[in-house]
Amino acid sequence: MTISSLIDSPSELTDSSSSKSAIVLMTRIRLARNLAGQSFPGWAKPPQREEILESCRAAVTAAPQMKRCFNLSVGDLSELEKQILVERHLISRELSGSKAGAGVIISKDQAFSVMMNEEDHLRIQVLRSGFQLKKAWNSINDFDSAIEEHLDFAFSPTLGYLTACPTNLGTGMRASAMMHLPALVISSQMEKVVRAVNQLGMVVRGLFGEGSDASGSIFQISNQTTLGESEDEIIKRLGSVLQSIIEHEMNAREKLIEADAGKVYDKVGRAYGILQNSHLLSSSEAMNLLSLIRLGIDLGAFPDANRSAIDRLFIEAQPGHLQHAQKGEFEPTQRDVLRASRLRSEFANFARPDFNSNPNGKN
Amino acid sequence: MVRADFSHTMANPLKCDLCSKPATVHLTQIVNNKVHKVDLCESCAQAKGVTDPSGFSLADLLLKASINPEQPATGVRCEHCGFTQNDFKKHGRFGCPVCYETFRGLVEPMLENMHHGTTHAGKVPHRALERKTLYDRLTKLELDLTEAIKSERYEDAARTRDEINQVKQAFQPKPAR
Ligand SMILES: [Zn+2]
Ligand SMILES: [Zn+2]
Repeated sequence: MTISSLIDSPSELTDSSSSKSAIVLMTRIRLARNLAGQSFPGWAKPPQREEILESCRAAVTAAPQMKRCFNLSVGDLSELEKQILVERHLISRELSGSKAGAGVIISKDQAFSVMMNEEDHLRIQVLRSGFQLKKAWNSINDFDSAIEEHLDFAFSPTLGYLTACPTNLGTGMRASAMMHLPALVISSQMEKVVRAVNQLGMVVRGLFGEGSDASGSIFQISNQTTLGESEDEIIKRLGSVLQSIIEHEMNAREKLIEADAGKVYDKVGRAYGILQNSHLLSSSEAMNLLSLIRLGIDLGAFPDANRSAIDRLFIEAQPGHLQHAQKGEFEPTQRDVLRASRLRSEFANFARPDFNSNPNGKN
Repeated sequence: MVRADFSHTMANPLKCDLCSKPATVHLTQIVNNKVHKVDLCESCAQAKGVTDPSGFSLADLLLKASINPEQPATGVRCEHCGFTQNDFKKHGRFGCPVCYETFRGLVEPMLENMHHGTTHAGKVPHRALERKTLYDRLTKLELDLTEAIKSERYEDAARTRDEINQVKQAFQPKPAR
């Protein structure tokens, strides 16, 4: 490929200027689908996996959403290319480690992607920047129907879409939002929020899925159950949970400012200073500094227009993207040098924080 | 809600849901107002990352725990793909869609703990189901035709052949199948 052309072409996640919301970075919906009468990927023999991959490829590329798509086989990708796709949320770690007979098809704008022979024959995904659950559902619903024109999905009237793991039965749908919650983290309320969200049947994870730490105060919140409710009901329930998390984060921000505005401004100002002047930055430190700058934008200390640059850097400061930009293999410490240098140049022309323009942090 | 309780009571008779060693970590989760309990030994709790609230997949854990390790495998094998109950215990995933029929008795009790309800209420793949109905009808008619010819019922055979042609016209297989 083509990884270069993928990185260089404008994408939903890194270039969308629409709906830059303060707290929800992106919305994602994933549907698990399988072919009737075929063994699930984990149980299918290699020749059968190849056969399944080919039928899925033909059906997915025929959908209008996949005009001029990136059509990739996992076996043809280098470790670096796979890592870049993981960092862009286009493939899972599981797919990147999979054996022969697995692939991914990515739409030109990188809003749609379909993993083939991951845990299920098809994992159909849509990404939208900002808080757009309803819009994301409408577009993935259409895309799924377009694929269904060519494939017979395994389906039972009582159990719904049949999936390799019973935890995905029914709608096979996992809807999630990626949320930036710095004030809840700073005021040590995240644990409380995680518990409350779990009680409502939703799951909280770190930025890159299960088991990852929540660097940059970024969390993914998704539905846990897939059977017994319609997609609309699940989305409605998730939407109201997200709305209440947004309110809690906004309250926490207000309280932080009320209690000690100077302390918050100090954190933002220092983050700005370090990003402009440091020579060694680990991935997690960079994420946390960028998170503080994003908070500064929300508080009115930096222009709103800078928000999309920060969201792009959240992805481009990841090890795979960094390595690709510098063309070569690097030790982790060399990467920290490169990351700092990259961020120094990004922030050289970044306006200084101005806390007086908006002292209450309200827009 | 996930509540981890790290009490180390010697008198505790509970066994780990995953490996049957004595359980020392007891988790409670509430899904849809129903309380689900998982009991784990020290090492399984570590391995499952129970101590990290953000990276802990209880759904997966409840799934494994809901398979009783002492319940003897029935020896049933999926006719379609050869999968057995033991394979499910090992992988936590099924072999093929037909497995859900084969292992219905194993699946149904798990669903209540795992999901919001036990019956699908969402999208239905109408196009695929239409095709399947037509396909099943075609298969049946072709059988009828063979039967009719065999028993020399030629009028029936002619009528069946007409019907087959009608179904075939309605049934346009898509190129990608
Ligand atoms: Zn154990
Ligand atoms: Zn089977």
